[in-house]
Amino acid sequence: MQTTLSSVQQQERQDLSHIKNILDDKSLTFAEKVISIKNAETRNKKSRMIAVAGDIVIVDVDLAMAQDSTGPLAIRSLNEMGIDKLHDPSKALLVIDHTFPAADEKVANLHAMIRDFVSKHSCMIVEGSISHQHILEYFATPGMMLLGADSHTCQAGCVSAFACGIGSTEIAAVWATGQLWLRVPETIKINLSGTFNKGVFARDLILDHIGKVGEDGANYKALEWKFSTDFIKRQFSMDSRACVSNASMECGAKISVFPIDEITTQYLDENPRINNNIGSKIEIQPGTQAKYKDEFEIECDKIVPQVSGPDNVDKVHSVEELANVEIDQAFIGSSTNGRLEDLEIAARILKGRKVHKNTRCVVTPASVKVYQDAIRRGYVEIYLESGAVFTNATCGACVGTHLGALGENEICISSSSRNFVGRMGALSSKVYLASPATVAASAIEGKIADPRRYL
Amino acid sequence: MNDQPIIITGISKGRAWVFGDNINTDIIIPFRFKSRTNDPYEMAKYAMYGFDPDFHKKISKGDILVAGRNFGGGSSREQAPVALKYAGISAVMAESFARIFYRNAFTIGLPALEIPEIKGKVNQGDELKIDIINFNAENIRTKEIFHAREVPEFMRQMLLEGGLVEYYKKYKQFPWIQT
Repeated sequence: MQTTLSSVQQQERQDLSHIKNILDDKSLTFAEKVISIKNAETRNKKSRMIAVAGDIVIVDVDLAMAQDSTGPLAIRSLNEMGIDKLHDPSKALLVIDHTFPAADEKVANLHAMIRDFVSKHSCMIVEGSISHQHILEYFATPGMMLLGADSHTCQAGCVSAFACGIGSTEIAAVWATGQLWLRVPETIKINLSGTFNKGVFARDLILDHIGKVGEDGANYKALEWKFSTDFIKRQFSMDSRACVSNASMECGAKISVFPIDEITTQYLDENPRINNNIGSKIEIQPGTQAKYKDEFEIECDKIVPQVSGPDNVDKVHSVEELANVEIDQAFIGSSTNGRLEDLEIAARILKGRKVHKNTRCVVTPASVKVYQDAIRRGYVEIYLESGAVFTNATCGACVGTHLGALGENEICISSSSRNFVGRMGALSSKVYLASPATVAASAIEGKIADPRRYL
Repeated sequence: MNDQPIIITGISKGRAWVFGDNINTDIIIPFRFKSRTNDPYEMAKYAMYGFDPDFHKKISKGDILVAGRNFGGGSSREQAPVALKYAGISAVMAESFARIFYRNAFTIGLPALEIPEIKGKVNQGDELKIDIINFNAENIRTKEIFHAREVPEFMRQMLLEGGLVEYYKKYKQFPWIQT
């Protein structure tokens, strides 16, 4: 008995020293460190492996999520494979967010299928908050391995989690085994300096960057964001970081990670994690001599309000170039820009003003928590006074499934994630993307408008 | 309802449909359709809807998509390669693929061949031959052979079995697990 205990203790000591070696390694990127730590193949083995860019590694996954438009296919795949037991139900999360509450009978039936699955396996379920925001508010921890059947899963990189999107059947495989293979990505480093000018926000920064690098500019790559000064760091609230990490998907990034600093710590202190079973918090800082595939310097002073579209996210213009494009709808919300900071700036602009008579304005919070905070702070009252509609938290309008879909030839300016052909409804409709401030200013004028004159 | 899985293995021939860059998942299958069914044959009715809502009626079984950069960008929706496969598309060749689409294509058994030099080498309607054993493609009109980017052996094995589900049904094990 004593011998067994001591060998377990010995193993634990070896594991800890292996993790410490990885954390201290100056030559590794964030992605290389996390994947090396989560490497399932070398666990409990004498020979330890450091994973570097290009390696293919099987990793232990801390949390695997699917939502109402990807979960049903994951469940179908599990059933077809004849797998009726999950590896660890406490690490499986289903979120009903995209078409919540069900917009019609077909959706309701798929929601019911998800609830049956959750009840059978005793895994976790969330209804009525967007998965990425809910995960940020309650689950995401620095250094965790989070996979989600939703491309914007990368949002959790804002708290230094390794978070990336995969497909439904692969999520099914993770639920079954707790593991999946990953290729260690090359990393692009982006240094931020300067300050944001009036009317310029995190969304403008990431749109500007996507415009420069293109929709596949970071395909297969990890992004590591750095702050060159404390001044610019303080301008990046957790909400702003979440926006950037989320929208990094639009240049193809596999993960998009912010460093851990006092803003991260404060956020995690104020928003306690509710599931200690997932992802032990490991503070991972990239090595000072890590090798980067590419490096960018962004001076935030040089960025002006951006508008992207239509049809592709990398078709980016300054707001002046598109000023006077008439709009039928203005949408403020989504996992990209539906957080409290976004609702606050929209309320500041809409306060005491009216939405243009030819325009509908729809405001959708990203989560129940954001919804409650928006009520407490009086923002909802401001929206309703201005003539805007305030909906429950959902992905609805962003994906054209309900609560703000577009008809033939309609034009929408939106703070949501994508402006692809037919994204929000009819194939002939057009979507332009911008910050919540630019969308709110446009709602007032009935055309694409510069937010700076309202601030 | 036909419930037999479509398995594309070995060598297949088909006519080319040529597309440009950034054919994203919203073009391949819009959210509002894919999120209202769990039936692959129903998904197939909306394949390439964003390009042409009648696309699924215009293609012949075995046809091949040839595209430019970043095919399948955007959403993680596995319904995108599923819709193409069940509509009768036997393979996609592209200069490059978006990361999640590429994984999903192998997972569901739709051959995805990354061929950086394919641009301008295939005309609409050309007859193509795809070989997923040797991972190459031939334009039968020009006799030119294109080698696709190599993939890890377990991905090729998974594809040859018709995807992850079929692989697991046969071996009771996931392909990336080395015994």
